[in-house]
Amino acid sequence: MKPPPFAYECPTEVADAVALLAAHGADARPLAGGQSLVPLLNFRLARPAVLVDLNRITALGQIAVENGALRIGAMARQAAVEADPDVGRGWPLLTEAIGHIAHPQIRNRGTIGGSLAHNDPAAELPAVMLALDTEMTARGSKGTRTIQAQDFCAGTMETALAPDELLTEIRIPALPEGTGWGFREAARRQGDFALIAVAVLLRPSGAGGIDARVVVTGTGEGPVRMRGAEVVLTERGTEGDACEVAGNAAAEASEPADDPHAPAWYRQRLVAALTQRACRDAAMRLGR
Amino acid sequence: MADHGHPVRVTINGEAHERSVEPRLLLSDFIRHEARLTGTHVGCEHGVCGACTVLLEGAPVRSCLMFAVQADGASIETVESLADGETLHPLQEAFRREHGLQCGYCTPGILMTLKPFLAANPAPSDTEIRQALSGNLCRCTGYQQIVAAVRRAAAMLRGEEP
Repeated sequence: MKPPPFAYECPTEVADAVALLAAHGADARPLAGGQSLVPLLNFRLARPAVLVDLNRITALGQIAVENGALRIGAMARQAAVEADPDVGRGWPLLTEAIGHIAHPQIRNRGTIGGSLAHNDPAAELPAVMLALDTEMTARGSKGTRTIQAQDFCAGTMETALAPDELLTEIRIPALPEGTGWGFREAARRQGDFALIAVAVLLRPSGAGGIDARVVVTGTGEGPVRMRGAEVVLTERGTEGDACEVAGNAAAEASEPADDPHAPAWYRQRLVAALTQRACRDAAMRLGR
Repeated sequence: MADHGHPVRVTINGEAHERSVEPRLLLSDFIRHEARLTGTHVGCEHGVCGACTVLLEGAPVRSCLMFAVQADGASIETVESLADGETLHPLQEAFRREHGLQCGYCTPGILMTLKPFLAANPAPSDTEIRQALSGNLCRCTGYQQIVAAVRRAAAMLRGEEP
């Protein structure tokens, strides 16, 4: 189908975009890469009166490492981040996860900020941002504020962003030397949103210990930290059957519902299996 | 509230096109109905099938997931850019020889996906070829001949096969 009519605004500065969103309120939608919003418009599931196109705001496209932390402008294309050598060296979990987003043609247009602000409950990026302790910078008519990843997702396709706020940048802290990571996803077709995806980070902490982070998405309203699995790994390390026990703990803590794509029991088994495998991947890379 | 007043200046296959369009006009429809280049096919219009894939500044994108106004100032290549008169591009020749198409509806999008893929990866493995094709649906061939065609096209582009 064809999109319904809308008024089109194409600012070149963040301040102008924010002013437009404030002026039009709930009638306006920001347009990032358009890989989720344009299908919604074509189906006429969304009918904003005004589209504020962010694609000509060049200041939002940067990818930079500053004081060890990775700063990515909200309009950086997923393909650009995926191909960035600094990202691959310092934050390979992010590189790996982006490779699971749809297809190359989609990643050439799709943006980091667009995916996060859209917050599909089975999207890869919100889960990875939670695992990486990302800080989101939002700019609105009342000023700029920082939102922690754990506070950003607010349910299915809802975020902490106010209607007149734009996600402008994300900041991912440096990972300690020797951090182990794993990312596993199951989808029915390559490029689909995840049935289940799991991100695991094992950060070396003092005296040979590890600080574990286990994030699962696809079970319902978005990414969830699996504290029980994290405790298993932090207390027992990754030797013996620890990864399996962690996987089972994550499955027990998850409460997926039956839906047309998969029954609940199947998703729960995926949580167990994929968590276990992502833990093993992370354990293999730990300390390298 | 039809608003036809948005200027679009794009270069498609080296030729300049200038129109004033509604902002809601999809790039795919601009290419087909304004530039009259009907080689770009429209399948699902929600970014799933890949039939409308074109090159935007050299990178493959879904032209049904962009508005024409967003392409203002950009350079676009469509399937019509491949052949040189009556001489097929190696990709097209390889698809012809390997029967890499039946109805042909998906083919323009597949060819435009593959052109930059083979430029970046002149000797891909079968797994890489299948991954590169994963965003393009074909309901006729079962993909076997398409993969064979890509292998042949890669060899032709490397100068190993005529």
